[in-house]
Amino acid sequence: MILTLTILLAVIIAIAWAAFNAAYLVLAERRGAGIIQRRPGPNINGPFGLLQPPLDGIKLMAKQLIIPDGADKFMYISAPVLVMCPAIMSFVALPYSDWLQAQNIDVGLLMVFAFASMGTMGIVFAGWSSRNKYSLMAAMRSVSQAVAYEIPMIITALTITLMAGTTNLDAIVAQQSENFFHWNIFPLFGETHNILMPFSFLIFFICSMAETNRAPFDLGEAEGELVAGFHIEYGSMGFGLFFMGEYANIVIGATLATIFFLGGWSCPFGLFPGVWWFLIKMYAIIFTIIWIRWTFPRTTIYGLLNLSWKILIPASLVNLLLTAGLMKVF
Amino acid sequence: MSSELLFSIIAIFLLAALVPIGMVATTILGPRSSKEKIKNEAYESGIKNVLGGVDQKFSVKFYLITILFLIFDIEAVFMYPWAVNVRELSWFGFTEMVVFILLLLTGLIYILRKGVLNWR
Amino acid sequence: MNQPVELQPDETFVLNVGPQHPATHGVLRIKMEMNGEYIVHAETVVGYIHRMHEKMGEIKTYPQFLMNLSRLDYLGAMGYSHCHALCVEKAAGIEVPKRAEYIRVIMVELNRISSHLVWLGAFIMDLGGFTPLLYTFQAREHILDMMERITGARLTYCYIRFGGVSRDIDDQFIQSARDFMPYMRKELVKYHKLVTGNIIFKKRLIGMGHISPEMCRKYGASSGVARGAGINFDIRRNEPYSVYPELEFEVPVYDGCDNMSRYMVRMDEIEQSLRIVEHALDQLPDGPVMPKKAPKNIKPPAGDYYQATETARGTFGVRLVSDGSTTPYRMKLRSPTYSNMHLFDEACKGLMIMDAMAMMGTLDLVIPEIDR
Repeated sequence: MILTLTILLAVIIAIAWAAFNAAYLVLAERRGAGIIQRRPGPNINGPFGLLQPPLDGIKLMAKQLIIPDGADKFMYISAPVLVMCPAIMSFVALPYSDWLQAQNIDVGLLMVFAFASMGTMGIVFAGWSSRNKYSLMAAMRSVSQAVAYEIPMIITALTITLMAGTTNLDAIVAQQSENFFHWNIFPLFGETHNILMPFSFLIFFICSMAETNRAPFDLGEAEGELVAGFHIEYGSMGFGLFFMGEYANIVIGATLATIFFLGGWSCPFGLFPGVWWFLIKMYAIIFTIIWIRWTFPRTTIYGLLNLSWKILIPASLVNLLLTAGLMKVF
Repeated sequence: MSSELLFSIIAIFLLAALVPIGMVATTILGPRSSKEKIKNEAYESGIKNVLGGVDQKFSVKFYLITILFLIFDIEAVFMYPWAVNVRELSWFGFTEMVVFILLLLTGLIYILRKGVLNWR
Repeated sequence: MNQPVELQPDETFVLNVGPQHPATHGVLRIKMEMNGEYIVHAETVVGYIHRMHEKMGEIKTYPQFLMNLSRLDYLGAMGYSHCHALCVEKAAGIEVPKRAEYIRVIMVELNRISSHLVWLGAFIMDLGGFTPLLYTFQAREHILDMMERITGARLTYCYIRFGGVSRDIDDQFIQSARDFMPYMRKELVKYHKLVTGNIIFKKRLIGMGHISPEMCRKYGASSGVARGAGINFDIRRNEPYSVYPELEFEVPVYDGCDNMSRYMVRMDEIEQSLRIVEHALDQLPDGPVMPKKAPKNIKPPAGDYYQATETARGTFGVRLVSDGSTTPYRMKLRSPTYSNMHLFDEACKGLMIMDAMAMMGTLDLVIPEIDR
C-alpha cells in the first residue's frame, strides 16, 4: 500500500514536472524568440507574461474538439495521448540529483529510449487517422525522420554505455561526479581518456533535435508546405497535448544530454553538487535549441535523411568502434 | 517481480488514466461537437475534399527507410549487452563486435551505393 | 500513348495547395499532382481575387482610375501608378516638371526597397526561418513612415497624379531619407550575415529550382526571375523612361538560373535602389511639382499608347487605347507576376514539394496583382 502511494506520488510529480516544463518552455520559447526578433513577446498576462501558459491551457481546454468526418475516431483521439504518455513515462526514470528521481531503474537508458521512440507512433496515428493528405505526408516524413535519427542517437548512447559499463543513469552520472574534466564531454582525468566525446555530443545533440521534430528539422510540421503537418486537424486539447509532448521531449533530450555528457548534477568546480547544477545545464541546452530554431531555416526532407544515413550513422558507428578500441587499449 | 518492474507497470497504468483527462476535459468544457458539415471537413487549403481521398498509394521510399531502420535498430539492441560487459570480455569479444559492426557498415555502404537513399 | 508513361493514374494523388495556404501568400491555388513527395504536374488556378481592374479602367475617367493602380500590388504600389501616369501623360501630352519626376523616382525606388524587404522576409519564412521577417519589417517600417508623411498613405498611395505629384517633399523627408541610407546598408550586411551565409539556406538555394533563360523568354518572365537566369534586361536601362537616364545604377544579373541567383538579384537590387535614391536626392532640382495649369479634363487623342516600367515585381505595362473621349476604349494592364507565375508548372516538374515552395518564393508573387 505504502509502495503504491509512493509510486502514485512519484508519477504525479513526474507529470507535474513534465507539464510545468512543457507549459513554461512555450513561454520561454516565445520570450526567447522575442529577444532574438527585437520584440517583447508575450508580456501582458502577469509579470513577464508568467500567466500566459495557464491561460493558454484554459483556452485550449475550453475549445471544441472537432473530429473530422471520416476520421478513425479511436485513433484520432488516442494519438495525442500516445505522444504525451511515453514522454512523461520517460521522466519517471530520469535522475535530477542523487535523491531526486522517481525510481532508479537499472536499464534506465534503454527504458528512456524505448518510450521516447513510442511517440512516433502517436504521430503516425495522428497523421493517418485525420484523413488529410497534408497530415498523411507529414506523418510519413516524421516517421522516416524519427527512425533515421534514432539509430545514431542510440549508437551514440552506446558509447556512453561502453565507457560507463552500465545502463543505469544514476551510475553514469556518478562516474562523472567531480569537476569539469571528469565529464564525459571532456574526459581528461576520468576513468577513460576518450578524445572522441565532443564529437559524440555533437551527434547526440543533432539527433535529439531531429528526434523531437525541432527546427531546423521540423519537417513533420513544416507550415510552409504542409500547413501544420500531422496535427493539422487537431484543435483544443488534442493540439495542446501534441504541443506539450513536443516540449516534454525537448526536456528529455536536454536531460539525457546533461546526464550523458555534462556530468548531471556535478558541479564544474566540485562545489555544492546538487539539482541546481543539473537544471542550469539542462536549461542552457534548451536555450541553445530555442536559439537554433529562431536562427535557421528548415532543411529539406532529403537533406535531413542524407545527413542521417550518409553522415551520422556511419560516423556514429565508426565512433563506437574507435571508442571501444580506446577502451581496450587504455 | 522486481520493484522496478512493478513501479513501471503501475506508472504506465496511472499515466494511461491521467493523461486522457485532458481530452475528456476538452469534451466537457468545450462546446458540444456540432453536426455542421463544413466545420467537420478535413482541411485541404479551403477546398472540399474533391480531389480524391487519402487512400492512395504513397511513395515506397519511406517504407524502405523504415525497413532499413529495423535492421539497424535491432543491431543496436544486440550491442547493448556487449557494451555493458565490454570490460569483462576479452579481446575476443571486442574483435567479434568489430567484425559485426564492420559487416553492418559494409551493408550500409552497399545500401548507399545501390542508391536506395538517393533522392532526385 | 506515344510518351513514356511511368506512372499509373492511381499512383499519383492530387494535393490541393491554396487558396488558403500559408505558402501562397494570398489566394493563389495550385493543384499539384504528386507522386509521393515529387510533383508530377502543377496547375495554377487564378482568379480568387479578381476585381476587374481593366474593366474599371474602361468605365472610369482617367483621374477616377488613378487610385485603382495602387490596388494591384499592395507592396510596390507606387511603381504601378507611376507607369499609368506616364502612359496617360504620354497620350495626353502633359508636361511633367523635372522636380516632380525626381520625386516620383525617389518614391518608386523607396517603395521598391520596401517591397523587396517584404519579399525577403516572406521568402525566408517559406523556407522555415521566421526571424528575418521581423527584421525586414522593422526596416520597412522606416520607409513606410517616411512615405506616409508625404503621401498620406502607407500601402495604397494615390500620390502620383497626371502632371506631377500631389505634394512636394520637404527637408525633413530628405533628411530622413538620407539617414535611412546608412541604416539600410548596415541592415543589409546583417541580412547577408544571418541568411546568405547560412549553410541550410545555401543548400536549399544553390542549384535548386532551375529556371532557364529559354523558359523566361517563353513565358515573358521579368524582374529577378529573368535577371537571375542571366537575361540582362531592365526597362529602366533598356527602354529608359522618366529621369532614369540621368541616374547612376547598375542592373544586377546572375546567371545561375537557380533560387540563389534570383535571391541575390533582389538583394543587390535593394542596394542599387538605395544608390538611385541617394543620387536622385543629390540632383533634386528646384521648381514646382505640378505644371502651372494642370489639365482638369483629360482627353487623349484617339490612338494606341503603351508604356512599360520596371516595378518591384518586373515589367509592368499599361496599354491604353483611346477613342478621344474621357474614358479609355481599352485599358490593358500587363502584370509581371502573372507571367512569372506561369513558369511554375514547367519549372517545378520533378521537384519535391519543399523545393517547389522555395522556388515559388523566389518568383515573388503578389496575388492581387496576378488577378487584377
